[in-house]
Amino acid sequence: MARTRAPELTLLPSEEPLSLLREDGSPVEDSPLAMPDDDVLVELHRRMVIGRRFDTQATALTRQGRLAVYPSSRGQEACEVGAVLALREQDWLFPTYRDSVALVTRGVSPLGTLTLLQGGWHLGYDPYEHRVGPQCTPLATNTLHAVGFAHAARVKGEDTAALVMLGDGATSEGDTHEALNFAGVWRAPVVFLVQNNGYAISVPMSKQNAAPSLAHKGIGYGVPSVLVDGNDVAAVHAVVRDAVASGGPVLIEALTYRIEAHTNADDASRYRDSAEVAAWLARDPVDRIEAYLTSRGLLDTARREAVAAEAEEFAAHTRAVMNADVEPDPAELFEHVYATTPAHLREQAAALREELA
Amino acid sequence: MAGALNKALADALEADPGVLVFGEDVGALGGVFRVTDGLAARFGDARVFDTPLAESGIVGTAIGMAMNGLRPVVEMQFDAFAYPAFEQITSHLAKMRNRTRGRVGLPVVIRVPYGGGIGGVEHHCDSSEAYYTHTPGLRVVTPGTPDDAYRLLRDAIDCPDPVIFLEPKRRYWAKGEVTSSGSASPGPGFDRALVRRAGRDVTLIAYGPMVATALETAEAAAEEGWDVEVVDLRSLAPFDDETVCASVRRTGRAVVVHEASGFGGYGAEVVARVTERCFHHLHAPVLRVTGFDTPYPPPKLEEHHLPSVDRVLDAIARLQWDDEVVGSARA
Ligand SMILES: Cc1ncc(C[n+]2csc(CCOP(=O)(O)OP(=O)(O)O)c2C)c(N)n1
Repeated sequence: MARTRAPELTLLPSEEPLSLLREDGSPVEDSPLAMPDDDVLVELHRRMVIGRRFDTQATALTRQGRLAVYPSSRGQEACEVGAVLALREQDWLFPTYRDSVALVTRGVSPLGTLTLLQGGWHLGYDPYEHRVGPQCTPLATNTLHAVGFAHAARVKGEDTAALVMLGDGATSEGDTHEALNFAGVWRAPVVFLVQNNGYAISVPMSKQNAAPSLAHKGIGYGVPSVLVDGNDVAAVHAVVRDAVASGGPVLIEALTYRIEAHTNADDASRYRDSAEVAAWLARDPVDRIEAYLTSRGLLDTARREAVAAEAEEFAAHTRAVMNADVEPDPAELFEHVYATTPAHLREQAAALREELA
Repeated sequence: MAGALNKALADALEADPGVLVFGEDVGALGGVFRVTDGLAARFGDARVFDTPLAESGIVGTAIGMAMNGLRPVVEMQFDAFAYPAFEQITSHLAKMRNRTRGRVGLPVVIRVPYGGGIGGVEHHCDSSEAYYTHTPGLRVVTPGTPDDAYRLLRDAIDCPDPVIFLEPKRRYWAKGEVTSSGSASPGPGFDRALVRRAGRDVTLIAYGPMVATALETAEAAAEEGWDVEVVDLRSLAPFDDETVCASVRRTGRAVVVHEASGFGGYGAEVVARVTERCFHHLHAPVLRVTGFDTPYPPPKLEEHHLPSVDRVLDAIARLQWDDEVVGSARA
């Protein structure tokens, strides 16, 4: 555990996903990954509990009509939290619509995170303040933004890495392949984290991909690749930490599972059976780190209750801000289309003002 | 015109270390039209460089670079080869400022050689302006003369918004003096149309490759006694209603000329705007002379497709049914 150097990154991912903790929470002795420090593990646990509570709260708010839609990441907390906490302050995150827990873990406020889904505006936070790109809805397009961003950092002589999150389905889009290729050629400091949660809405992996794994797709682009257990937060944290430290592009496939439906509007029972969900519930990423921390004496009842109380408070705050009605200003429609508003938009703004007067 | 564009790029690279020029074959080759000739040698391959062959990749990475403080100027090799980048352009490039409530602006210039008239085979001659002008958040500009090519490109690179810079490829070899230089580019302003030739009877509204055709038509029409005004739009989006409508109100007659197919095309927008704003000044309906509503033809047929001086003259003639008014105006 005292090993400090990251293992050599290779093009060929391991056959079995890398891990640090077994499903029952016991440590894997011969893992090539270095176990994160105790204080990091304790923090990973805390943020996962808060993240999960936030996710449940957002789902509940959707049922109450406060959110137009919410894509839950329940079951994927190890990826959301493990990866984000592996970033350094100066690094950037390029998330998708599903990565709300990643956003709050990065410090974006609940309101800032949910504004998009609430419908008040397309984005609720300042990307430069948190070093988080806008949550991306067109699949895989953010991969190229991350590569360009990281390349620009290199050009400017800055030590900044970009972490881009994408799903298994998004790996089929052309942009993913263009991004991996650009990143390989430019040796850009980009970490591609594919959260393979089994389905792209209803389409299973078997209909998405013919390669031995999604991580294998790095080989053809000269991008080192890692296959990791996506429900093992210690392992996810370690591979992302090592990938950021490598200074070049890395493709990580994290094997995980989406416990909820694609969004609240989706009926998951049409394409997967409950036995499958039950099997994954037994591999819960939060339970796993809790079991490990408890066995190490790093988590006792008092600490567990304190973390739960903190999560409850976070949820209460989320409820409070989301229960306030939003009335976006229609005048804002015209304000941010161009740096200076052209004549035709000034005319339309005036017409709308008059209509509303 | 290619030389004027080259000079504009060189001056912009010189003026601002954040400017980067990249795309397919823009480095050692200098671009298939040589617009970037010599730039890689002069500025180094960190600032002027070849990318992998992937248009979505070029635009998508340019977006990331602009988010991180650089000013990318990218080249699409030909009009129809920009289509793989369409999603990045419409979903992200055009919308980033709006999505982020003005916090993230993207000063990206996408240079697209467009239009026909060079004997190119299919997919090399599209006029794709309507796709871009229909997208709020994009500025779309196109120069009609070498001097304007320099000026517009400098303005485009300085612009805080994304600009689709359409280069009329049949005018790359057009000669003309470049009077603008240095960083400040005096001129009508980035958004403004320009009256290229003053006249009293008819306004020809043209842009890009058709500016030269419109000016030629005006000369020919003068021989028949028609005094034709030529307005070069320069900026297709935003549209300069003021200059265009002032001209049409003076002449009372207008013809819009472009190479692209007419149906659902950019000219329809111009006609609608002019009609809405100048109806009481019009002596005749505003006409369009455009390419046919067919896919761009093979090289041996393109002369039939492209608006010719004769076709524009015919349109002008069709505007003269109240000849008395025209006659008295000319008298
Ligand atoms: C370009 C594009 N095509 C289609 C969609 C509609 N869509 C939204 S999510 C989704 C499935 C994505 O699956 P995956 O990448 O595995 O991510 P997950 O939702 O599982 O996190 C689809 C098809 C989209 N958002 N973008």
